[in-house]
Amino acid sequence: MEVDREDGRSQNQLRPLACSRNILHRAHGSASWSQDTKVLAAVYGPKAGTKKNENPEKACIEVIWKPKTGQIGKPEKEYEMILKRTLESVCILTVNPNTTTSIIVQVVNDDGALLPSAINAACMALVDAGIPMKHLAVAVCCCVAKSGYVILDPTKLEEQKMKAFAYLVFPNSVHSVLPEGSLRVEGEPIENGIITSVTHGIMSVDDYFYCLERGRAASVKLSDFLRRNLQQQSTDSSKAG
Amino acid sequence: MGLPNASGDLSTEVEVDAFRRLFPLRFYEKHLLESIRPDARPLGRARETTIALGAVASANGSALAKIGSTTMLAAIKMEVMTPSLETPDEGCIAIDFHMPPICSPIVRPGRPAEAAPVVAKQLSDTILSSGMINLKELSLVSGKAAWMAYLDIYCLDADGALFDTALLSAVAAFSHLEIPVVSLNDDGKIVLSEEQGLSDREPVNKEKRKINLSSVPFSLTCVLHKNYILADPTAEEESIMDTIVTVVLDSSSQLVSLQKPGGTVLAYTSAIQDCIALTRQRVKELQKILEEAISGMEVD
Repeated sequence: MEVDREDGRSQNQLRPLACSRNILHRAHGSASWSQDTKVLAAVYGPKAGTKKNENPEKACIEVIWKPKTGQIGKPEKEYEMILKRTLESVCILTVNPNTTTSIIVQVVNDDGALLPSAINAACMALVDAGIPMKHLAVAVCCCVAKSGYVILDPTKLEEQKMKAFAYLVFPNSVHSVLPEGSLRVEGEPIENGIITSVTHGIMSVDDYFYCLERGRAASVKLSDFLRRNLQQQSTDSSKAG
Repeated sequence: MGLPNASGDLSTEVEVDAFRRLFPLRFYEKHLLESIRPDARPLGRARETTIALGAVASANGSALAKIGSTTMLAAIKMEVMTPSLETPDEGCIAIDFHMPPICSPIVRPGRPAEAAPVVAKQLSDTILSSGMINLKELSLVSGKAAWMAYLDIYCLDADGALFDTALLSAVAAFSHLEIPVVSLNDDGKIVLSEEQGLSDREPVNKEKRKINLSSVPFSLTCVLHKNYILADPTAEEESIMDTIVTVVLDSSSQLVSLQKPGGTVLAYTSAIQDCIALTRQRVKELQKILEEAISGMEVD
């Protein structure tokens, strides 16, 4: 079904992505992610000691979310919690026990799909800081319209007009030398598993599964973009050194 | 390490408790192999749920909901306010969730719980986006006066599944809510009507009425651990197994929200389908419990 989006994109088309790392020099790692929505992430750590209620046998992750304008309120606390739990499941926490890694997320421009951009920026910042991770977390946003079609990467206007949207985070796609069968879990490849899912608005259960399919396809494209971006920047820095 | 003999003297009981504290995950896994949990519940069953309506006499609507030990008290107070210019025919609902120090040993007056603002926002989003309440019903005089409903939910005991219990208590409080009678006084302001016969002013709404609830949302929180799905976790289970999935369905089986904030276990399609199926069952149970509580009140 053809659908008219205001900026002329097709249903499955993402906005142009730009990602750069090592932009802040005092932070141990930093990254900026922009697809119209622009988010800056900085990583400081690992620092000694954990907070009071946290398990000292594992590394701890602390997230601070800074909105573009206004005071910090409940939406910011919710984003912090979701980001913290997502990154805790992606990082290898047993490598540096009893340490805290702080991730500060600053929203520079909010034009839809804010939380996915923040998750992508935070992952790239963690890579820049050299924090050990199992895999990357690739985040996409899918929007469901009243007639049931699903569009990817909505703008803020589209998010508000549509009946529901879902933020989905998947592990990045795997290029492996092992035969394909050995990497499957329950008959599905590892990158089909959902790390995080946040939905907003009413949709039918079938719409949600349709979003999952579209989200998985988009996450494969995003994984390729991230892979190219990381390989390119690492060859640049090795030439400089 | 073999499981200590349960039918023994004090020394074996101490061993079981010590094992539970020292190796919580292994303690749980031994139970999960037999498809049961330490409190003898099968994996897919939620804890015993009760609802008591009208717990707070001074509020316009209130309810006390308990799922197992988790207890939430919800109360609604109504106030008249001027509606905003963009929506002159609609009232407003303000939802707030509090976790006072009584609910859990980790919450102290200077150390607010991290879960409180998150649950408050999720509740707010769920109740407003589910369309349970038509805000136009809260309007009094178009453009001049409308009802503002303040819903406050207090957690009295935090033992896992906070969002489920909070949503249940909010829904029960709204089903108990009676909108008070008001009338327009000489200055053009809305005032609460006094007893019948005393006032010669024309009441704006004739009698206390209940609010119409359509497509009521109900939720179920599940914990994923390896291949197991545990419905309605206690606080101990939530702290050991960190992958939590909360599914909110309304009475017409539409998905209002599916939250899975991170977690070590990745959720594949089959796990999501199982969680949704468990939630559908739970919605039917909760609907029955709510209807019994409402009909119990009406008999009085």
